[in-house]
Amino acid sequence: MVDTAEVLLDIRDLDISFASPGETIHAIRGVNLTLRRGETVALVGESGSGKSVTMKAVMGILPANATVNSGSITCSIELEEKKREIDLLKADDAFIRRFVRGKKIAMVFQDPMTSLNPTMTIGNQLIAAIRSHERCSRKQAFSKALNLLREVGITEPERRMSQYPHEFSGGMRQRIVIAIALSCDPEILICDEPTTALDVTIQERILELIVSLQRKRSLSVIYITHDLGVVAKVADYVNVMYAGRIIETGTVIDVFYDPRHPYTWGLLSAIPDVESDEELYSIPGTPPVLSKEPEGDAFAPRNPYALEIDLKAEAPLFKISNTHSAATWLLDKRAPKVERPESLQKRIDKMKREAAEYVR
Amino acid sequence: MSDERQTERLLTVQDLTMRFGRKDRAVTAVRKVSFSIGAGETYGLVGESGSGKSTIGKCIIGLHTPSEGRISFDGHVLTKASEKERREAANGIQMIFQDPMSSLNPRKKVRDIVGAGLDIMKSCQTTAERNTRIEEILEKVGLAKDQADRYPAQFSGGQRQRVGIARALVMDPKLIIADECIAALDASIQAQVVNLLRRIQKETGTAFLFISHDLSMVRYLSDRIGVLHRGYLLETGLTREIFENPVHPYTKNLLNAAPAPNPIVQSRPAHFYDYETSGILYENGTWQYVGDSDTHQVFCTEEEYIRWGGKNNG
Repeated sequence: MVDTAEVLLDIRDLDISFASPGETIHAIRGVNLTLRRGETVALVGESGSGKSVTMKAVMGILPANATVNSGSITCSIELEEKKREIDLLKADDAFIRRFVRGKKIAMVFQDPMTSLNPTMTIGNQLIAAIRSHERCSRKQAFSKALNLLREVGITEPERRMSQYPHEFSGGMRQRIVIAIALSCDPEILICDEPTTALDVTIQERILELIVSLQRKRSLSVIYITHDLGVVAKVADYVNVMYAGRIIETGTVIDVFYDPRHPYTWGLLSAIPDVESDEELYSIPGTPPVLSKEPEGDAFAPRNPYALEIDLKAEAPLFKISNTHSAATWLLDKRAPKVERPESLQKRIDKMKREAAEYVR
Repeated sequence: MSDERQTERLLTVQDLTMRFGRKDRAVTAVRKVSFSIGAGETYGLVGESGSGKSTIGKCIIGLHTPSEGRISFDGHVLTKASEKERREAANGIQMIFQDPMSSLNPRKKVRDIVGAGLDIMKSCQTTAERNTRIEEILEKVGLAKDQADRYPAQFSGGQRQRVGIARALVMDPKLIIADECIAALDASIQAQVVNLLRRIQKETGTAFLFISHDLSMVRYLSDRIGVLHRGYLLETGLTREIFENPVHPYTKNLLNAAPAPNPIVQSRPAHFYDYETSGILYENGTWQYVGDSDTHQVFCTEEEYIRWGGKNNG
């Protein structure tokens, strides 16, 4: 499968470090990511793996102590009726504010309580967002706001416009945040753990909402999440991040049915299985602290399949198919043949059987 | 559950009701909830936020005084006892909190955090005895002895939660209330902590009240499960019964809500349960036994029970 849709966002060799008193934290160590029109890409990883930082770089909202050491984020933006390829990292802040943030790329954050202003009615927040990019009267903005609220599934929008965030439930608040994100008709929506703060039953509805909006508006969506269930539900492509690098990338089918990196194996194995009663698989150890450059491969100390080379050099991204790559020395030609853990293989086989039954 | 059986249970909660706020506009967080936990047993309470699951935990440990109902623990009726008696009895109950960062004092060394309970109860005669107790417990939860003199900030999230577990365990409790104790942790660390809790269950025979919104984790740890919604306990039974034969539509919804990590099977349309439009009134419910089981019960009217197919596949 070779994807031919237009590339909207292309991140190349992104490398970012943070200065903190007495040390430098090398948070992003060479990230590559491509987002095409209408597609959904997921970034998966633990806290500190760099998934949020990568997206903050795209939005131009990196904290002041961050330094971009190298790399580019190319985004095609229409300027005076002409498409131009702009490197967002080189563009100045005024440009980003005017043409990119909110307008081209919008973001939905994890906690709707902290991303809404508690002292403003949601109507005013929506209108402010609309008028920040569009020259229109308050009246026009008001009616656009009503439509947005309807679009995200809020009933009685006229009454709701004059209410404050605390008068809404968590799920409703997240719908409002999504409405604000959509207020300037962006092409790219970045969702940073959009459902982590919500209950499972509400999570499902928010995910359904994002999927339906995506279809209707042909949005491209980037999901940042640590929940592989969410990834399986919404994503076309998966990027697994570890210690500031993407260590496995592929379609959902590649990564869920044929995972190759031992870290991905660990993540998949750690999901509690409804039918098994054995001890849950857990990845030993803890994620590395990136104030020191990892010696050899960053995952090596936690990797039961680590080879000698893992302790000396970081694995490059080995290509498995046109869509699927993984950064593990196990894929090197010289490496000994290592099978996936048996319990995971069993689980994958079961998933495939369920999938086959489901398709039928 | 019959009364004879309950008398010998470690913890019995009977008709627990908790109201917050002034009388005229009180919010009822928990309504007439009853359940019991036997020695060494793990009971999982599941429900969404606002369902009252944390309130129940706080009522048991004495952080809230229940509006109505009776809580007895290890032969003491906590809701009737004097403050002194309640404190003594409740000593056998310990709690593990959700966020290990905000539940550990950042200015204290781990040794003093874990030892605080011992100091309050004056359970150790000498410093040496105190140190041995603390170090033993730290090792039990997978921390090294020499980490005892560090501060919480020097630990990772998973390690901090281990400190929280150690603080609960050091008092040799008969019951541990674990309130969303893995929700704030990363996936790979969650598995480590869940395995640790399972090991502790096996080794110490401590009973657990495991409060969580994550059914898959509750299933892993619990012998029995209770499903809460809007302050009502709706369904309770052995873990197997709840998972294999859920009767209440809310339970079914909860079981189906968590997306399975299978990209192809995922695309099924979702069925939503909405209390407002479901036509179910929780206050009309009574406890119905499901099939022949004497452990699996559902809270609804008889008519609802038949409509939901409870009779046919019990």
